[in-house]
Amino acid sequence: MATTASVAIKGRKPRGILPGFGLTLGYTMLYLSLLVLIPLCAVFIRSLSGGWGHFWEVVTAPRVLASLRLSFGASLIAALTNVLFGLIVSWVLVRYTFPFKRFIDAMVDLPFALPTAVAGIALTALYAPNGWIGARLAPLGLNVAFTPLGIVVALTFIGLPFVVRTLQPVLEELDKEVEQAAASLGASAVQAFCRVIFPALWPALLTGFALAFARAVGEYGSVIFIAGNMPMRSEIAPLLIVSKLEQYDYAGATAIAVVMLVLSFALMFGINALQNWASMRHGER
Amino acid sequence: MGRLLLIVTALLFLCLFLVLPLLAVFAQALAKGFAAYFIAISQPMAWAAVKLTLLVAAIAVPLNLIFGVAAAWAVAKFDFRGKSALITLIDLPFAVSPVIAGMIFILVFGTHGWFGGFLKAHHIRVVFAVPGIVLATIFVTFPFIARELIPVMQAQGKDDEETALSLGATGWQTFWRVTLPNIRWGLLYGVLLCNARAMGEFGAVSVVSGHIRGVTNTMPLHVEILYNEYNYSAAFAVASLLALLALLTLAGKSILEWRQPELRHAARRPRDRTRRANP
Repeated sequence: MATTASVAIKGRKPRGILPGFGLTLGYTMLYLSLLVLIPLCAVFIRSLSGGWGHFWEVVTAPRVLASLRLSFGASLIAALTNVLFGLIVSWVLVRYTFPFKRFIDAMVDLPFALPTAVAGIALTALYAPNGWIGARLAPLGLNVAFTPLGIVVALTFIGLPFVVRTLQPVLEELDKEVEQAAASLGASAVQAFCRVIFPALWPALLTGFALAFARAVGEYGSVIFIAGNMPMRSEIAPLLIVSKLEQYDYAGATAIAVVMLVLSFALMFGINALQNWASMRHGER
Repeated sequence: MGRLLLIVTALLFLCLFLVLPLLAVFAQALAKGFAAYFIAISQPMAWAAVKLTLLVAAIAVPLNLIFGVAAAWAVAKFDFRGKSALITLIDLPFAVSPVIAGMIFILVFGTHGWFGGFLKAHHIRVVFAVPGIVLATIFVTFPFIARELIPVMQAQGKDDEETALSLGATGWQTFWRVTLPNIRWGLLYGVLLCNARAMGEFGAVSVVSGHIRGVTNTMPLHVEILYNEYNYSAAFAVASLLALLALLTLAGKSILEWRQPELRHAARRPRDRTRRANP
């Protein structure tokens, strides 16, 4: 065991008497490399198989740019909607009591648990021109299903739990007395929110926003049913990858994938840095 | 007054975005009556899809469970360089679009992929067959169990294990008798979430499956096929089974959270705990 450990981490033997370090770390690295890291490398290698010029040509094609703009734009709107309503929902769940609260709290995780294809067809059925909601919006001239607005609705559904579940623990730790002190010193509710509550919440709000946004950008299952999927108008980037794959255009599909992966990874490292910074700031207080 | 307004706003929003879609699934599934519903879910193709979904989850979840326990043991019980980089890498699949997760296995194992020629020569099918579906499912559910277990094991520390070892227990005895009972609720929690995603995954599986009916169609893919054939009530009937699975998952999750309140937000702040555990 000790030899395996010293192979895995050169020259640094773990302290303590617990066994299994070499075995578990070795297995973790092997499984991670075989199933995640090496296959992911394939995307980057393949995307440059047609040369850098071809890569650039694919990525800057109008249809690709339109799909990327739609994916990132709709995700941005959906994540912002989630920040607003997620804040209200988590505030209500943490601070107030009302009937069926525990049931409603559990339901917030539904988008995590419900398969995306099921969410997709359910939302389409609701917002189609003859659906429960769609039929009421149609006389107002508002079409949701088969338009970019439908994409925003699906992405809002998908992202909601990220914001609520990130905010809840922070709200629970927030001292009610600080607000009461602010109120007793003459602050209005709005002032108390802006000066006392918001400064404590914004790292969590930003983290929740980034998580919801990152999930929405890559989302496929819940969107394709409601989107209409018209090129240049309501075709998201993941769908364009799929249609390029179906035409065996691997260079094209991987080029779009690389753009999405680079942006998603940058976002993920940003979230990690933000969380580290927030927990450090939290620790100092 | 403000309080009532906030509660009503929150409930209306949740009703619109969560309750109504769920009700819509069951309403559409039963739109043609119970008889049609039972005929739809007892079709041979529907059964083949259910079986494949169960098979895929039965392979992917245990593999990710073993990985999750190994990763959590290494990360939570030992200090080593590059630990936080490893945690970030374990989380990586969450940042990858499901479509890309499916695509990478086509690039590696497809006809024109790295091992395409080798696999073809030996008549092994990975892509557009069950192994590809399993691989794609493992990828998208990769971090679930590890990221639940890491904070749970970190919170437990290593005193119990060290005591057992100093009293003469072997490494395996310590793991089975001391560690496993300590982490069992966290483990179950991770398995529950991992399983829900494994059975419900659509994008990644859709890319690698090839949509061969009765052979490579999982339940979510079967829903899509029925839906695209305008066979709405049958599509929603199969979808209602997946919705029931989601509701069972939520119920199980709530029960576990009620038993172990610290599970609730454990996975949200792994870094927080790392910092406290290793000052």
